[in-house]
Amino acid sequence: MIQVFAFYLFAALTVLSAVLVITARNPVHSVLWLILAFFNAAGLMVLVGAEFIAALLVIVYVGAVAVLFLFVVMMLNIDFAELRTGFVKNFPLGIAIALVLLAELVLGIGAYQVGVMELGSASGTAAPIMGRSNVENIGAVLYRDYLFLFEAAGLILLVAMVGAIVLTHRQRPDGARGHQDIGKQVRRRPEDATVMTQPAVGEGIEL
Amino acid sequence: MTETFQSWGMSYEWAWGLATISGILLIALPLMLAVAMIIYVDRKVWAAINLRRGPNVVGPFGLLQSFADGLKVFLQETIIPSAANKGIFILAPIVTFTVALAAWAVVPFSSTAVLADINVGLLYILAISSLSVYGIVMAGWASNSKYPFFSAMRAAAQMISYEVAIGFILICVVLFAGTYNLNDIVRAQEGFGFGLINAYVIHPLLFPMWVMFFISSLAETQRVPFDLTEAESELVAGYQTEYSSMSFALFWLGEYANILLMCVLNAILFFGGWLPPLNIDLIPWFDIPGIVWLLLKTFFFFFMFSWVMATVPRYRYDQLMRLGWKVFLPISLGFVVVISGYLMATGHYGAAA
Repeated sequence: MIQVFAFYLFAALTVLSAVLVITARNPVHSVLWLILAFFNAAGLMVLVGAEFIAALLVIVYVGAVAVLFLFVVMMLNIDFAELRTGFVKNFPLGIAIALVLLAELVLGIGAYQVGVMELGSASGTAAPIMGRSNVENIGAVLYRDYLFLFEAAGLILLVAMVGAIVLTHRQRPDGARGHQDIGKQVRRRPEDATVMTQPAVGEGIEL
Repeated sequence: MTETFQSWGMSYEWAWGLATISGILLIALPLMLAVAMIIYVDRKVWAAINLRRGPNVVGPFGLLQSFADGLKVFLQETIIPSAANKGIFILAPIVTFTVALAAWAVVPFSSTAVLADINVGLLYILAISSLSVYGIVMAGWASNSKYPFFSAMRAAAQMISYEVAIGFILICVVLFAGTYNLNDIVRAQEGFGFGLINAYVIHPLLFPMWVMFFISSLAETQRVPFDLTEAESELVAGYQTEYSSMSFALFWLGEYANILLMCVLNAILFFGGWLPPLNIDLIPWFDIPGIVWLLLKTFFFFFMFSWVMATVPRYRYDQLMRLGWKVFLPISLGFVVVISGYLMATGHYGAAA
């Protein structure tokens, strides 16, 4: 009873907030609706018993990715009028993409109705190990059955990260503006920076 | 608790609902009281270190000071700036407060007193604490004012940075415990040190992790020396600048509830949670309920938080970022590798492979 109620609550809120992501006029509002959609999707994951995936969804998407979205959208001063120009020009392209997505959706549902696909290890058994927690099952699949694919995905991400750092990092030469020598700052002691003097009345001090 | 209600002749659904609601109230209401008293403790400790008296007028020893403040704030007018984004402006303190309370659902107060004894308890805490940045970012943006906005930007960057390090530190604890369930993590610490000490922190590989976790929890809760989001010398009051009355009070309650949560986490993950400190029955302290030990440990960590606040000067923002990304992240990542290697070498996971 309570599960059914929770399912319809989460599902309705997911769909509603997903619609509002598109229709909201203010991009910051859009991102906030998107976060609500993620959050309710995580609730649906909990309902089907995938609590690990739900936690990851919240940690990765809500906790990190969406914060960066929000960060960027808030920083950019977006001109709404300019965004809406070109609607007619881009309309055919948008329709084409929407049709492709719709076709994929229909194909996916059709394939699902035909039968279950045998995803799994080389030996062909992909049945979840019953009686073990989510975390253990996913760990077994990632680190035993698909170890090489998983590591390859990790390597690709590492290369992408190195690339991003190489593109944005610039070495500031010594003495240039903004150059900092952290070791020097940490080593600095009060004796190096301050002097105690007792000048006579009416005299200044030479610095 | 559900069984008790059922024995009174309720159907399972009603009994479950009532048990859950009373469980939530049993945690949330004492927590609010604890927050009020902990603010008082904070001010007293701070004052003692500064050789002042601190609050000492309202009630005996000033004990009722927080309630007087609360009443004052409650009677004030809620001011919403005309340029503010109204909905988000009102929502932001509510989000902060709700998120700060939600994390307490999985905290084990004793071996049985836990609202939701879920398998992924630690991940749940990580997920909820990653949400707490939203209240601040929303407040900063919706205020439509420069200082709150700067504060929100700082908060977003700061909290994401330290969450990464905290994640790796938690993984080290999980590697030792072999579970994400907070209650099982506490149980795994029983007799961990030579069958004598109930704490992970005495392990030479975990002690540095605890030090880093403590510093990261200061940064995650935006306490001194990392309180750059509300650095009053630079940003007035940061994201709270435009807030007044109860919306301001909700930020305060949420902030201190988060601080208490971090103290509890320190106790649970590294100091044996509800277990007594020593695993020997010299004095009959296994008869003392677990919640007393947990609260004593939490109070100790809160004292450390206050102590740091009274003694350490504020970090510069670039130093804060450097500490998170260039010091804590590489060290904690290295420790994950070292600890997994150590556990494999000592046969901790030998049979499983």
